[in-house]
Amino acid sequence: MNDMTKSDLDVSTAKIKMRAEGVQVYYGTTQALKDVNVNILDKVVTAFIGPSGCGKSTFLRCLNRMNDTVASARVEGKITLDGQDIHDPKVDAVQLRAVVGMVFQKPNPFPKSIYDNVAYGPRIHGRTSSKAELDEIVETSLRKAALWNEAKDRLSAPGTGLSGGQQQRLCIARAIATNPQVLLMDEPCSALDPIATAQVEELIDELRSQFSVVIVTHSMQQAARVSQKTAFFHLGNLVEYGDTSQVFTNPSDPRTESYISGRIG
Amino acid sequence: MTDISAQPMPSQSAAASIMVGSKGMKKRHAAEARFKAYGIVAIVFSLGVLAFMLFTIFNDGISAFRQAQLTFPVTIDAAVVDPTGTRDRNTMAKVTTFSYTKVLNNSIVAALLDKGIPQEKVSDKELGEMVSKSAPAQVRNMVLADPSLVGQTITISVFANGRIDGYFKGRVTRDTASRDSNVSPAQLDLADTLRDAGILSLGWNSRFLTNSDSSDLRPETAGLGVAILGSLYLMFLVLIICVPIGVAASIYLEEFAPKNRWTDIIEVNISNLAAVPSIVFGILGLALFINFAGLPQSSAMVGALVISLMTLPTIIIASRSAIRAVPPSIRDAALGVGASKMQTVFHHVLPLAAPGILTGTILGLASALGETAPLLLIGMVAFVDNYPGAPISGFFDPATALPVQVYSWASRSDPAFLERSSGAIIVLLVFLVIMNVTAIILRRKFERRW
Ligand SMILES: Nc1ncnc2c1ncn2[C@@H]1O[C@H](COP(=O)(O)OP(=O)(O)OP(=O)(O)O)[C@@H](O)[C@H]1O
Ligand SMILES: [Mg+2]
Repeated sequence: MNDMTKSDLDVSTAKIKMRAEGVQVYYGTTQALKDVNVNILDKVVTAFIGPSGCGKSTFLRCLNRMNDTVASARVEGKITLDGQDIHDPKVDAVQLRAVVGMVFQKPNPFPKSIYDNVAYGPRIHGRTSSKAELDEIVETSLRKAALWNEAKDRLSAPGTGLSGGQQQRLCIARAIATNPQVLLMDEPCSALDPIATAQVEELIDELRSQFSVVIVTHSMQQAARVSQKTAFFHLGNLVEYGDTSQVFTNPSDPRTESYISGRIG
Repeated sequence: MTDISAQPMPSQSAAASIMVGSKGMKKRHAAEARFKAYGIVAIVFSLGVLAFMLFTIFNDGISAFRQAQLTFPVTIDAAVVDPTGTRDRNTMAKVTTFSYTKVLNNSIVAALLDKGIPQEKVSDKELGEMVSKSAPAQVRNMVLADPSLVGQTITISVFANGRIDGYFKGRVTRDTASRDSNVSPAQLDLADTLRDAGILSLGWNSRFLTNSDSSDLRPETAGLGVAILGSLYLMFLVLIICVPIGVAASIYLEEFAPKNRWTDIIEVNISNLAAVPSIVFGILGLALFINFAGLPQSSAMVGALVISLMTLPTIIIASRSAIRAVPPSIRDAALGVGASKMQTVFHHVLPLAAPGILTGTILGLASALGETAPLLLIGMVAFVDNYPGAPISGFFDPATALPVQVYSWASRSDPAFLERSSGAIIVLLVFLVIMNVTAIILRRKFERRW
């Protein structure tokens, strides 16, 4: 927790990109999230931390309505993107997901070529008009995801043939290729070695200039390094939300303090 | 029996060396060895039964592909086949096959004289009877097709009578011939002589695969042509009926349908349909497609509709499990980049499920190919002399199918038909093997992509 340089940036002026009010999630009859209120700021990295099973992924999946695909899941409360309710009947979840991209906890490349994996989003959204343009997007996305050097000679090789860490970076490249406004990353570095982790963290910091990033992580150091805002979840509750420096140095809730110092979790 | 449970763990104490096998370990190995032995016995037994079945079928049936043929010069006597001398097809068509019988009889008698084969024990009429009853029609068709043959002498091959053919295949002996009004031991003696003289030969019989069925009197000409074409029509129709419906239904049920009581009921019913005895579908088809909808009976279309009813559940079940086997993370990935449900299914799920769907479909078709009972009920067992026409109207012409042909030949009295029945089984098996091999090759091909 000594490397706080990136977090020290002033975020007080950032505008609210997404807002969650009273979000409750039920899986069948069991409640996974209880009354979560949080603001995701634009062009800011927000870290979600908390013990396993506390509902971080569940909340993340609320933000792009991926929970719609889980038959047993029921989401209550209001979530807005740029002030517009994402659960409004006029909002198409498909369109929302193009704007709020996601990197999943487990790497899930398509069983297609590396190129096709990255090009899939731009293709279905018609972002490009020519092959050259698409090539360009694929290259920049792969470069940003720190995979270009490894993948440039095997773009037509299957994405599933990459190592676990490479697959995760491929998924990151795929997510940023659609040029989302918010990027949700569920433990993107859990399968990566320290070098790739550092590259991804660098990428996250770089992406912050274009859009807001929400990252779930189990690494306190990582949260401290990359995020400006931190939210601590515990047993389905959002216990604490604040500036990263404040959460880590001077938590207001005793549960946060004991989690950060390694006593619960 | 094999007891793999509750073996006491080797004791931890007494500083057990891993070099000394413990008692419990030996018992476990013995159980494993017994279990392997059971498996091997079971496999050997089933392979043995399979080998026996194949052996008997091939032993009985392979002879259907060889046929006794008589090859001799035939003089097309103009006075008999074209009494008016006009060489006009329409006029010549008035001459019946019976007259050609005379032509053939005269020619074979002449052929024997020519070769100097003595014929004293067999009358001219009996000699003529050694030629298949199909031969006059064969010659008549040749002549009508080409009137310039009239007056010429041409060497042609015609089938020998079924009894003569049976003699060379061991079905007819001098002993049975002496009790048979259709053939005499003297004719068999003569047949041997003819064979030595090169007039009679046992050769590959392609007409077994192209001829249509024949009456009881001339088993030698019975062929599988109509049945093979009928089966091909059936398979084609079943394929184009079942695959779109089956795949669409499986996609809907797996990917779109809400999981509620209704889909549960549908699920149970699909499984039940797959287990309904095929004869019941035959009755349904008879009532629905023939009596109610008024489609022509014995037609490939009705057969295909009935078989589709039976094959659909199989295809749906196979397709659903193939779709279900696609990892959910792939769907998440596609939805996560903003693909619609439809795009997710068609871009990612379906290509991944395709090998499984394909295998299920081909296996479903293979079992449909062997389906007999429902076809009997809708009249495809009828004696069909003419090929069904070309598609599409041909789908509504009377046809028959391979397994039905097997059944109807097996129930004829003349043992010559039994041989053909086994021959038909061989053809059916070849079809099945081709389909299953195709299924495996296609699956490999699709799987190899990644
Ligand atoms: N599809 C589901 N059906 C039922 N319960 C679920 C489902 N997904 C998650 N849960 C439950 O919801 C709770 C929160 O799960 P979630 O995946 O959000 O945890 P998490 O904080 O992401 O944990 P981790 O750090 O281990 O990934 C858990 O108790 C989990 O068992
Ligand atoms: Mg999680």
